[in-house]
Amino acid sequence: MIRFLIRRIVLGLITLWVIVTLVFFLYYARPGVDPARELAGRAVTPQLLKNLDKEYGFDKPVIVQYWNYLQRLEPWHFNLGTSNTDRLPVTQIIAEAVPIDISLAVGSAILWMALGISVGVLAARRPRSLWDRGATVFVLTGVSMPTFILGLLLLYVLYYLLTIHGVPIFPKPGSWTPFTQNPLEWAHDLILPWVTLALITAATYSRLTRSSLLETLGEDYIRTARAKGLSERRVVYRHALRSSLTPIITQFGIDLATVMGGAIITETIFGLPGLGQRVVQAIGVEDLPVVIGIVLVASFFVVAANIVVDALYAVLDPRVRVS
Amino acid sequence: MPDATAPGDVLLRGEGIVKWFPIKQGIFFKRTVGNIQAVDDVTLEVRRGETVGLVGETGCGKSTLARSVMRLYPLTAGKLTFDGADLSTLSRSEMRPYRRGMQMIFQDPYGSLNPRRRVGSIIGDPLAIHNIADGADRKKQVQELMEVVGLNPEHYNRFPAEFSGGQRQRIGVARALALRPKLIVCDEPVSALDVSIQAQIINLLEDLQGEFGLTYLFIAHDLAVVQHVSDRVAVMYLGKIVEVAEVKDLYSAPRHPYTTALLSASVVADPDKARTRDRIILSGDVPSPINPPSGCRFHTRCPKAQPVCSVEEPPLVQREGDSASHLTACHFPVAQGEKLASHKATILHAVEGFLAEAST
Amino acid sequence: MSLTTVQPVSSEVLPEEPAVKGIEGRTPLQLVFARLRTDRVAIASVVIILLIALIAIGAPIFAAITGHGPTDANVDTGTDINGQPLPPGSPGYLLGTDNLGRDILVRIAFGARISLLVGVLATAIATLFGVVMGLFAGYFGGWLDSILARIMDVVLSFPYVLFAIVLVSVFGSSIPLTILVIAFFSFAAIGRIVRGQALSQREKEYVEAAHSLGAGNLRIMFVDILPNLVAPVIVLATLLIPTAIIFEATLSFLGLGVVPPTPSWGNMLSDAETVGFQAWWFYIFPMFFLLITTLAFNLLGDAVRDALDPRTERIFAGRRKKAKVATA
Repeated sequence: MIRFLIRRIVLGLITLWVIVTLVFFLYYARPGVDPARELAGRAVTPQLLKNLDKEYGFDKPVIVQYWNYLQRLEPWHFNLGTSNTDRLPVTQIIAEAVPIDISLAVGSAILWMALGISVGVLAARRPRSLWDRGATVFVLTGVSMPTFILGLLLLYVLYYLLTIHGVPIFPKPGSWTPFTQNPLEWAHDLILPWVTLALITAATYSRLTRSSLLETLGEDYIRTARAKGLSERRVVYRHALRSSLTPIITQFGIDLATVMGGAIITETIFGLPGLGQRVVQAIGVEDLPVVIGIVLVASFFVVAANIVVDALYAVLDPRVRVS
Repeated sequence: MPDATAPGDVLLRGEGIVKWFPIKQGIFFKRTVGNIQAVDDVTLEVRRGETVGLVGETGCGKSTLARSVMRLYPLTAGKLTFDGADLSTLSRSEMRPYRRGMQMIFQDPYGSLNPRRRVGSIIGDPLAIHNIADGADRKKQVQELMEVVGLNPEHYNRFPAEFSGGQRQRIGVARALALRPKLIVCDEPVSALDVSIQAQIINLLEDLQGEFGLTYLFIAHDLAVVQHVSDRVAVMYLGKIVEVAEVKDLYSAPRHPYTTALLSASVVADPDKARTRDRIILSGDVPSPINPPSGCRFHTRCPKAQPVCSVEEPPLVQREGDSASHLTACHFPVAQGEKLASHKATILHAVEGFLAEAST
Repeated sequence: MSLTTVQPVSSEVLPEEPAVKGIEGRTPLQLVFARLRTDRVAIASVVIILLIALIAIGAPIFAAITGHGPTDANVDTGTDINGQPLPPGSPGYLLGTDNLGRDILVRIAFGARISLLVGVLATAIATLFGVVMGLFAGYFGGWLDSILARIMDVVLSFPYVLFAIVLVSVFGSSIPLTILVIAFFSFAAIGRIVRGQALSQREKEYVEAAHSLGAGNLRIMFVDILPNLVAPVIVLATLLIPTAIIFEATLSFLGLGVVPPTPSWGNMLSDAETVGFQAWWFYIFPMFFLLITTLAFNLLGDAVRDALDPRTERIFAGRRKKAKVATA
């Protein structure tokens, strides 16, 4: 087990390293581009360029620059650089944005799991019934719909139309209240984004739950349980569900990490100042330290989630351990 | 008609064939921590035109030996000669021309045919691979082959799923026959079939041997089948050949304790004979091929084992009183008429005897 | 040695043989078509896809008939007195205009081109690379497998939306780049599945038989193993197309895929955002077309998957019976 974990962690570190290298060479080392100019962004003066050259060592060969960059990344320095637009440390920018993504992730995760799994279970218990057909429609709609369209639709119907007709239940895009400040307001601001993310993701989960549960229900040991006379409820919830949950859990870990790393589209539509929105802004103004910093953080979440999920899979499914 | 060479000369010869499978472990760079010693120092000859049977329990290494002889695996050690050519260390591409001379029939009629290819394509595959025939000519040859093995040539375009097990084995035979090989290695060709179909396929194989001058290495675990088809039989245990003899010698006067035990366990048609014969039940399980016993590998289960058996490995040689073709690897071969003791058998007999008494 | 001189050796021509002659085995492809013909939903999806394709191909016709190009800003006829866009039903503009006076109908038609082109092409490239990579990785194993499988794992670990944005922002937005980016992030999904299948097929006895016949590695991979993979690959590819279409729409919406003035359903929606919710026709039409296109492909993919699954034979048998009764 330890061997397994070590292997996955090392592979994860290699993945992160590959991503870092790729991003670095994409930005800093493109031929024919002056990195100092890039770094300076929009407000460029000759003096600024010279200072930047000195500070970041652009006058040195690329490999040295790369090495310096890697060194600065180390956890004990953990200097991701400074934003060019507002001169704040990138780590601070990230720290300010992360709570939003975590709030978004946690809330929508609870919703999508509840919705997705229950719909999936319902569909699996009564195959080809009306429930199943309804679930299929739900799944297909969710899978066919881009997130931003659902977001726009919800905004249009629930925010715009209602507000115009005098029922302003939902807040306008861009509102955000930290949890510590006012929990109710916090939730209120997040309802539409939560529902948007949750509906789309739930579609995948209900499909996954349905097929996984159906496959488990077809196994012989379930037949035995029924033959023993157990009630259908017990068979499904106490026996079948447990083994069919493993693929769901593995998928969940990855999805959660992806949202935490920045749900770009949702944040853009609803005006939430999370990592996603910050990175899109930064790309727009060519604020590279911020871009790279956020890409790293997002990648880190995904890689870490993969490792946790793999370990969890090994814990839940003994067959994985033996192989 | 067979090739015009002296009948009975050696077609296939394996000397000291060794095939080990390494067991690897490690986090990133796997080290070899042990070996599965599937085939260990086997020497075997197959003469032109004969059928050599190879028997043994599951896991004794007969399938591995078959595949090693066919060079489906690289040999860990040993020398392999086929029709005068040394095949021991050839690469895959070097082996290719020799494949026309030796073919294989597989055990599983369901797995050995590609379910997504039509039967005509499967049988014609060897013709395509070796560029022997094309297009209409290939189809004609394939259909002829189908007739020879007893299939309806009009079923050329069917898929394997539409045939029964016996018919699929016939397809396998046709495929093996396509290149007119000299040697066919039959890896348990009838084990997966119903008994009535087994007879059909065995008859087919025997007829084909006569018509095409084939040589067979016939692997099976059913002793009755092997007795029927073979000229000579070799018995394998845990990667080694323990006895090899002409079929009538082996079945009437086995010298190795293992052979004796095997024969005593086979099904006998006459119920009276079955009840009164000696059933030698070997104690214990077959040891692991990763860590085979020292000396004679059979000594852990042998009713005649002596201290020397765990130290010195007996050579496979002719024993006193046997014909020159009868080789045995045992320090204390079973003598004519000798009864072998058996732990469980003793208790069983005691119980049986007791019950018989009690019922009178 | 000719076989014609040899009598058939086994005189028992087998009792198990069916009496009907000349039935040819049907390939899986033929079976799939037969089943799909009975599936009304599948037929409907195909019809929808064909319609959209027709619209896409015939986009210049729309432009010719209405007299408006997709990027023409018809300020005089296309906007009202205050310079505001015209709603649907206005003379000459069936679906209305946008804030620059461009004909929405024509833009939708040209947008269909983009979506289908990017969706299908990106999927095709991804499938090609995924299948080849997966086949080689699964069949050869060893160090080749380690490297290829690692590459696929790493690609799957990228936060791909983010990375796509980064790539596009570095190299600039263009249609070919969008196609490549989408293909790059999709091939690993197919590759992984194909690799798994190839790994399991490699152990099958018929592969061993092919070796014993002297077949080379390439032949075994493409003539023997590949036909056994076709089924899951087709399903995956069909289901990958709507993902690619959504991906392109999202990128264009964020301003990173297809950039204005070239119309894409995605960037039409981002135009809509700038105007606000009053001009509902900005939203509804691109949304509608996007949704039915992706829905149609998803439905088709599901239908193909059901058609390829031998376990669902009962459903299809029932349908065929019904059809027979109906036409009797």
